[in-house]
Amino acid sequence: MGINDFFFKKIEQYNDAIALVTDRGEQIAYSELVCRADKLAQNVGRRCLAFLACKNVAESVIGYVGCLRNGIVPVMVSADIDVELLNNLLESYHPAFIWAPDDKTEFAGTKVYEDGTYHLYKTDYEEDYVLGEDLTLLLTTSGSTGSPKLVRQTWKNIESNTHSIISYLGIISTDRAITTLPMNYTYGLSIINTHLCVGARIILTEATLMSKKFWDLLKEQEATTFGGVPYTYEILKKLRFGRMDLPSLRYLTQAGGKLVKEMAEEFNDICEEKGIQLIVMYGQTEATARMSYLPWSKAKSKAGSIGIAIPGGRFSLIDANGNEIKNPDEIGEMVYFGENVTLGYAESRKDLNNPDENHGELHTGDMAKKDVDGFYYVVGRKKRFLKLFGNRVNLDEVETLLKKQEIESVCTGRDDHLIIFITNKEQEQKTIDFIVNHTGISRGGFEVCFIESIPRSESGKVLYSALKVD
Amino acid sequence: MTNIEKYNEAFISSFGINEDALCGLEYQGIAQWDSVGHMQLIAALEEAFDIMFDTDDIIDLNSYERGKEILKKYEVEI
Repeated sequence: MGINDFFFKKIEQYNDAIALVTDRGEQIAYSELVCRADKLAQNVGRRCLAFLACKNVAESVIGYVGCLRNGIVPVMVSADIDVELLNNLLESYHPAFIWAPDDKTEFAGTKVYEDGTYHLYKTDYEEDYVLGEDLTLLLTTSGSTGSPKLVRQTWKNIESNTHSIISYLGIISTDRAITTLPMNYTYGLSIINTHLCVGARIILTEATLMSKKFWDLLKEQEATTFGGVPYTYEILKKLRFGRMDLPSLRYLTQAGGKLVKEMAEEFNDICEEKGIQLIVMYGQTEATARMSYLPWSKAKSKAGSIGIAIPGGRFSLIDANGNEIKNPDEIGEMVYFGENVTLGYAESRKDLNNPDENHGELHTGDMAKKDVDGFYYVVGRKKRFLKLFGNRVNLDEVETLLKKQEIESVCTGRDDHLIIFITNKEQEQKTIDFIVNHTGISRGGFEVCFIESIPRSESGKVLYSALKVD
Repeated sequence: MTNIEKYNEAFISSFGINEDALCGLEYQGIAQWDSVGHMQLIAALEEAFDIMFDTDDIIDLNSYERGKEILKKYEVEI
């Protein structure tokens, strides 16, 4: 298979079918999408590095498609990116071009082309680097808000993962996905990739689930699916999703962190009643997007599980010495094997020609166990385990236990020192009593601190790096 | 606390802002009032007035002023 088989080069086959619908009332057919995308690429004119300021608008998708069809390597960043981080990335990578909304002045250069609300800027950075032959796409990792670290993805990674996702979700050309996640985030991007690959429709909106505009658009455009991170499901719960009348929805997906078992069970019931499927998935940017999924037929019996490896992939669990764990229910680090494992990281432009560092094998950094039927359960991040006086303590588990006591908390710390941040000052004693009496962690091993609110990323994930002790 | 004080306090504590910023405040008008902040605000209002909002009201509560009207439905006079 060669680069000309990459699905992005073949989407013109869908011709008059609608590719994009926007909340500004635009309807863009595949033929128009391809035409505008290629025109943008012609103005770039060569294989080079470009920054793409992403929003859930047509111009952003046009830029992305234009790059991927024409060998231009995009660095996907949020249009709302922190200026300091943006400048850090620009200095580190020296892109030749920037495609950005015209109202975002932090993206600058010599304007050479425009389409809709986006401008193409030529920069004057020195292009003192080489792009690796198969390098296709660069994404920030979800955790690295401050560092210029990017994941290097190839067209083969994207091709493989996209087809795998399409097959296990059963995505068809009549599907209509409405955006709920940023497209610079691998999960959001995978929804765009899979739908473009089969000639389906993407409903683009910047409106959040908290706005009436989102729900009106979903109903009006008859969306069949959307994806959500765990926090999305907390919002849906708050919005009494079970009582909403949304007949067009066919299935929902969940990824980007673990949905606690109780929430999974609750939403399984709600979705079953509404005739909607809920597919829990697991993945990382380092594996392009997805590594596992829980088939809907097993949603109930295996609630809380991330399921099984996606078609074409395989997991293994290893112990602290790197040996494979064969016994069920034993916890180890999850290692994934598949064609969607990316080349590795780049820390700067000097790394863009680095070879494949992973060779199809990814150490996920997630601790998991496998049950007797072969279903995997993530128990936490490897680095979210502390050693407190010789005992392994799972920080996520402490948070879950406290949540059951109706204490909102986030936990962090280092070995022999657990720090519990709570948002309600009055619960300090309750927290201390609970930890001492119910977890076996001694009073000297932890402290309780107060924060106004839990810092979260735009996708709702807890920003542990932003937690500081006063 | 009077109802208006409780109402204002829900905004102030959810977004960490001053009372003089409340007038004319709208959803996504400040960085703190994003979807995460909105969840906190809704929870704070529900707790302050011991009510449970309907879905339509949660997504309709898009400004400081609008919230007062919505609360009338729950027999809370601001």
